[in-house]
Amino acid sequence: MRTYLVQVCALLAKDLQIEFRTRDTLTAILIFALLVLVTFNFALDIRPEIADAVGPGILWIAVVFTGPVGIGRTFSEERDRGTLELLVSSPVDRSAIFLSKVASSMAIMVAAQGLLVPAFVGLFNVQLEPGAIVPVLLLGDLGLAAVTTLLSAMAAHTRAREVLLPVLIFPIIVPLLIAVVQATSLVLGSELARDRPWLGLLVAFDAIYLSLGVAVFEYVVEE
Amino acid sequence: MTFQTGPRWGMPLASIAGTASVLALAMIFFYVPPDRLQGIVQKIFYLHVPAAWIAYLAFFVVLVGSIGYLWQRNLAWDRVARASAEIGVLFTTLVLVLGSLWAKPIWNTWWTWDARLTSTLVLWFIYVGYLMLRAYTPDQERSARFGAVLGIVGFADVPIIHYSVEWWRTLHPEAVVVRAQPQLPAEMGITLAVATLTVTLVYATFMLYRVHLEHLEDENRDLEASAEPPPAPAHA
Repeated sequence: MRTYLVQVCALLAKDLQIEFRTRDTLTAILIFALLVLVTFNFALDIRPEIADAVGPGILWIAVVFTGPVGIGRTFSEERDRGTLELLVSSPVDRSAIFLSKVASSMAIMVAAQGLLVPAFVGLFNVQLEPGAIVPVLLLGDLGLAAVTTLLSAMAAHTRAREVLLPVLIFPIIVPLLIAVVQATSLVLGSELARDRPWLGLLVAFDAIYLSLGVAVFEYVVEE
Repeated sequence: MTFQTGPRWGMPLASIAGTASVLALAMIFFYVPPDRLQGIVQKIFYLHVPAAWIAYLAFFVVLVGSIGYLWQRNLAWDRVARASAEIGVLFTTLVLVLGSLWAKPIWNTWWTWDARLTSTLVLWFIYVGYLMLRAYTPDQERSARFGAVLGIVGFADVPIIHYSVEWWRTLHPEAVVVRAQPQLPAEMGITLAVATLTVTLVYATFMLYRVHLEHLEDENRDLEASAEPPPAPAHA
């Protein structure tokens, strides 16, 4: 158990160090997500009176798209560089590779949202209670990172992987998207949102996909 | 070496399924009376509901084949999973199209974001993604492995999608239709049972032929791989 944790932390440190040096993924997903917010503003002509109703959806579309666009690329890059092959042949439990990747993806997403969410509040002029929105963001990021990591490890070996990855991710995360959007609407005080145990649904989704990922990841990367 | 084109039990099963189809169609058109409120369009019900049942059964078979493949690494499991995914997508498409045709005269719309319709559509996307993943992964062993992982991960989503979409759409117009049915008249119940059995037989026939075809493709690939390469043309 201790060696396992050490392995996960070492792999996580490796991913974060690479990210810290290049800042490739962070820059890409941050600029991309900001651009999604701005594009939606033109597409839907977001006036102050509808910002509360459509804002949560727009914020989460911006976040969800960063999955295949930014996070999903890390596996293809590792595969192209040959890192993945070396990792798999090293005496490390495969699920440790999965968990470290989920953790590093989540860290990058959280860092990006540190700027994205304030930008969202400013651009659409909405009121967000930080204490209420942070759990929604963290739970949403965790599930998204788990699903994206598992599926992108497969998509890295396919033709047309740039198209295939979103096609695989989006239907699977429908429950997550519904839950985070509704939970965010509740935080915004929307009366349209249905008051259901959305956070509970998110916890269940995250738990199912984290444990499924741990269980099946060894079949994905076996060479 | 005997040359066999079809699966062993193909013809008998296809004959039974074919006969049952004629019987079921005859019952739908001539035996069962039209619904008093909905009229003749309600007869879509006798194909729509069995097709929905087969769609779920097919995706469950994908799950079983996927677990079987990862467990035993026998491509026979994978052939079952892949064939069932194809047929499942076919029947899900049928459910959506038939539902649309039924909804237009009854609900006055081709589509509504009702819980049941929405989760069926999401399911359709998951398994179309499965077929795409299979098609876009060139290596056969890897394709089988990835397919098995997605067959498990995708099916695990079915109950979560169901609940999330149900909570998202509390209004459930379909419930009106469904609630009217627990007291199905005998003719309607019998016709539905016959139609369901028939569609299940059709699914079984499709499975038999599709799995057999995959088997032949695999054999062919092995033969081609083991065959002598043709002599290289002499340089001019």
